[in-house]
Amino acid sequence: MDKRDVVIVGAGHGGAQAAIALRQLGFVGSIAVIGNEPELPYERPPLSKEYFAGDKTFERILIRPAAFWAERHVDMLLSTEVTAVDAKAKRLSFANGGRLDYGALIWATGGTPRKLTCSGHDLKGVHAVRTRADVLKMMDELPAVTQVVIIGGGYIGLEAAAVLRKFGKRVVLLEALDRVLARVAGPELSRFYEAEHRAHGVDLRTSVRVECIEEKDGRVTGVRLAGGEIVTADMVIVGIGIIPAVEPLIAAGAQGSNGVTVDEFCRTSLPDVYAIGDCAAHANGFADGATIRLESVQNANDQATTAAKAITGNLEPYTAAPWFWSNQYALKLQTVGLSIGFDRTVLRGDSATRSFSVVYLKNGHVIALDCVNAVKDYVQGKKLVETRAEIDLKLLADAAKPLKELTLPAS
Amino acid sequence: MPKLIVIGRSGAEKEVEASSGLSVMENLRNAGFDEVLALCGGCCSCATCHVYVEHGPTEARVPGSDDENSLLDSSDHRRADSRLSCQLILTDALGELIVRIAPGD
Repeated sequence: MDKRDVVIVGAGHGGAQAAIALRQLGFVGSIAVIGNEPELPYERPPLSKEYFAGDKTFERILIRPAAFWAERHVDMLLSTEVTAVDAKAKRLSFANGGRLDYGALIWATGGTPRKLTCSGHDLKGVHAVRTRADVLKMMDELPAVTQVVIIGGGYIGLEAAAVLRKFGKRVVLLEALDRVLARVAGPELSRFYEAEHRAHGVDLRTSVRVECIEEKDGRVTGVRLAGGEIVTADMVIVGIGIIPAVEPLIAAGAQGSNGVTVDEFCRTSLPDVYAIGDCAAHANGFADGATIRLESVQNANDQATTAAKAITGNLEPYTAAPWFWSNQYALKLQTVGLSIGFDRTVLRGDSATRSFSVVYLKNGHVIALDCVNAVKDYVQGKKLVETRAEIDLKLLADAAKPLKELTLPAS
Repeated sequence: MPKLIVIGRSGAEKEVEASSGLSVMENLRNAGFDEVLALCGGCCSCATCHVYVEHGPTEARVPGSDDENSLLDSSDHRRADSRLSCQLILTDALGELIVRIAPGD
């Protein structure tokens, strides 16, 4: 039976970094990376930004050039779907009938886009934004498209809207909740982004329920809303989150419900099986120890390093501060920390100037910052988040005062 | 063609086949320097592609924008010749650059 000392399932940011980190740490055993797409590891964030906009070629978003993986003796098994894990025999089975044994397994599969459940969800012209293939399909159809309906006001939907407006497409964005970015940010930021998108010509609607997708000859023609209105659409983009791709691991007995559960060293409940990135449910200190999944490049990358260290005998817990970014129009949003559970916000600066920050507090402690065109606040705010600083709210609100100059009150 | 000489974290020096029009970060990545993370992919949103430009014209040795300058401030290893390599586009006009990869933060 074919075997590798470490098998990494998933060729995204996490999987790629796990292989890189293992070699950097001096690991000399055999490594295979299994990807279900035909491509070598590539950056996913540009899929809804620079790559979709045609500003960057695919070659430029490869995480590493092809020669890199060969030089580091990392075997890339692409277009390969893992269907089953035998945790006792330490064996993987593939959809193509192949099998591979592992010494240690790193599960880095991320997730699959959540689909609508209504009729018409799988029509021609209905798209998700998760893979290069998804984006190529959209780019292929775009020349014939006049109006796009985007379902979901998260980062993916908003970023796609910004690109489509640049292309001159008419864009209707539908959000089920009463504000965009509701899952990840406070109302101030939501209202700001809603206003920006509307100013750029997006017909942005909140508290809207989608009834079904309308069709003609198997192709999307519109989106029917609760209440009966039909919004015309030549293309529909669905950005309503992901479902962690962990079925084979759960079927093999790993603990987990929303994702697979890991400890601070990214170990699952199965022997020598690790999980990292979007699919790994972990207790996060920046969420008061709550078990969460983080869907971000930072998390995928840092957990990959944690798992690689554990495999090479260096147990170092995962404690990295979460950070995120999103580029829309000329707005650079940078986030540090997790705002989940905040009970108060402080605005630094004036959102009318398009350069401001929202500081999130919980029980008087800084837990996160959303910084729009405010890189200084992002950089200097990180320390406040890491130390959960308690700062006088008036000082915090004074945008003229650099965050690094705000000292902790005597306690 | 611009000339790019890179000193890795191990101290080893290597002249790489440099491509004009690409950033120094992309050139480093293409040349196999795995210590450059460049997590945000080159959109000036993190500081994980930090280098020192130890030799080159002045315009290559100072930050290209306030944003870049602020992000460099997040590093404990900031120097006067610090750059985010994703923000330094290689051109023939730059001549020869010697770039040292900064320690990780």
